[in-house]
Amino acid sequence: MSTIQILFFFLSALAIFSAVMVLISKNPVHSVLWLIAVFFAISGHYILLNAQFLAIVNLIVYAGAIMVLFLFVIMLMNLNADTEPQKHVWMKLAGAISGGCFLMVLVSLVRQATDMQEKSVLMKEGDIGLIKNLGKALFSQYVVPFEISSVLFLSAMVGAVVIGKKD
Amino acid sequence: MPVQYYIYLCLTLFSIGIIGVLTRRNAIIVFMCVELMLNAVNLLLVAFSKMHHAAALAGGQPTAVGIEGQIFVFFIMVVAAAEVSVGLAIIVMMYRNTHSVDINFLNRLKN
Repeated sequence: MSTIQILFFFLSALAIFSAVMVLISKNPVHSVLWLIAVFFAISGHYILLNAQFLAIVNLIVYAGAIMVLFLFVIMLMNLNADTEPQKHVWMKLAGAISGGCFLMVLVSLVRQATDMQEKSVLMKEGDIGLIKNLGKALFSQYVVPFEISSVLFLSAMVGAVVIGKKD
Repeated sequence: MPVQYYIYLCLTLFSIGIIGVLTRRNAIIVFMCVELMLNAVNLLLVAFSKMHHAAALAGGQPTAVGIEGQIFVFFIMVVAAAEVSVGLAIIVMMYRNTHSVDINFLNRLKN
């Protein structure tokens, strides 16, 4: 077993375990912290795939900005395990069963797909994930969507202020 | 690494997100599970991008095939950041009106 395989399975186990802990934590603050662990594991996967730019952006945007926003909101509302609304146990069971059925259907689909047989992913090599190449593509071929996304950000900012202000 | 391992990992993460949306009633946790599903899709897009790049490299000269997948992931992250800011503002407004983050409050939209 090579180092890459060991790292892959370790990061996958970490991601899945943390995702399950997001679900079963009673305290919302603990859920946020476990979700940050998931994001770190996914960033590790990006580094394994040599997508360095996306790894850093994932850490800065998701673990840095979005999760801090979630933590701020949770602390603003003073949520904890006592105020946590609970669903009926039958509803929880039905949700888990339907999610499991979804997973089973998709896994059996992928196992049968002949397109995916014997295809492999290029690990730690290939230079398309580097900032230089992504920047060239982003500012030449995809410059119009890039500028439109800045307009989207502006409208999201205005929308958040308008919704959030007291009236 | 076979691409199927990545597909299984991402499917598992996506299903965990779906189970979270279906079983939790706290609006913020539901929102976090949506983020989890978005991240599973991002990881799968990057894996497929590297898969196509590997196939193109095996074919001959070095190319930039597969870079579109990573550009897509970048734009998904941009849209997710905008979505989170507006969604959290809506949840804060909902909390101010009802002093609860119970998602069942949104049932009242139908009246």
